[in-house]
Amino acid sequence: MVLFEFVFYMFAFVVIVSAMGVVFSKKMMYSAFSLLFTFFGMAGLYVLLNADFIAVTQIMVYVGGILVLIVFGVMLTTKITGVEIKSGTLGRFELALGGVVAIAIATFLSIMYLNVDWMTSNMSIEINSTTGYIGFGLFTEYLLAFFIAAILLLVAFIGAAKIARRK
Amino acid sequence: MAIGLTHYLVVSAILFSLGVFAIVTRKNAILVLMGLELILNSANLNFIAFAKFGGLNIEGHIAVMFIIVLAAAEVAVALAIVLNIYQNYHHIDVDEINSLKE
Repeated sequence: MVLFEFVFYMFAFVVIVSAMGVVFSKKMMYSAFSLLFTFFGMAGLYVLLNADFIAVTQIMVYVGGILVLIVFGVMLTTKITGVEIKSGTLGRFELALGGVVAIAIATFLSIMYLNVDWMTSNMSIEINSTTGYIGFGLFTEYLLAFFIAAILLLVAFIGAAKIARRK
Repeated sequence: MAIGLTHYLVVSAILFSLGVFAIVTRKNAILVLMGLELILNSANLNFIAFAKFGGLNIEGHIAVMFIIVLAAAEVAVALAIVLNIYQNYHHIDVDEINSLKE
């Protein structure tokens, strides 16, 4: 299983480094493209966790939809003539304070995760694909939530088109 | 050392704290949205990891489906509002914006 560990650490490295690129890079466009690699790395981690359908959904929705929207947002909200596509940071004190808060959250969560004795099950059911199970669950037990999510998407997109339209 | 549940949880904790850092320190509204996406992704990773190591149940996957739907709706509405704010203010600095009308 050395290969599995290697692949896991590779994807985890990609996710964390590109997320740091999102957070720390000075230019908006670099942040957007780092977010692309974060989403692909997350899809890889999902594949390692036997979640094939979620991995493909991640790539299609996040990379194909959300990231394109974000890139459009970056391009539409910057002045074409002005050079600055700056992400804009705060002063040194606020930056240090935010860093301390973020590091405190990370260490607290990590210590908690490492110390709790998680009740994991050793059942090793071999599932080839989760797609059928997800579809079965969506149309039986979670049918109401599924329909509400569909109506929510419809309302949100009509509302977004209404808000974004010029007068 | 075999890859267990805690490996994925630690990755998601780091991702979460990076998202919080982006939300707290960035002034640009779109970068705040990107931090929000990082936080939602870390929640998704937790759901999938628990779904696998808690006995391969499918409920975690369905929760992640709904989170992805909510993230798509949220980004669409938020970017529409950001574009409107940009038309009024000609910048999207969240420290300066205090009204949705002119």
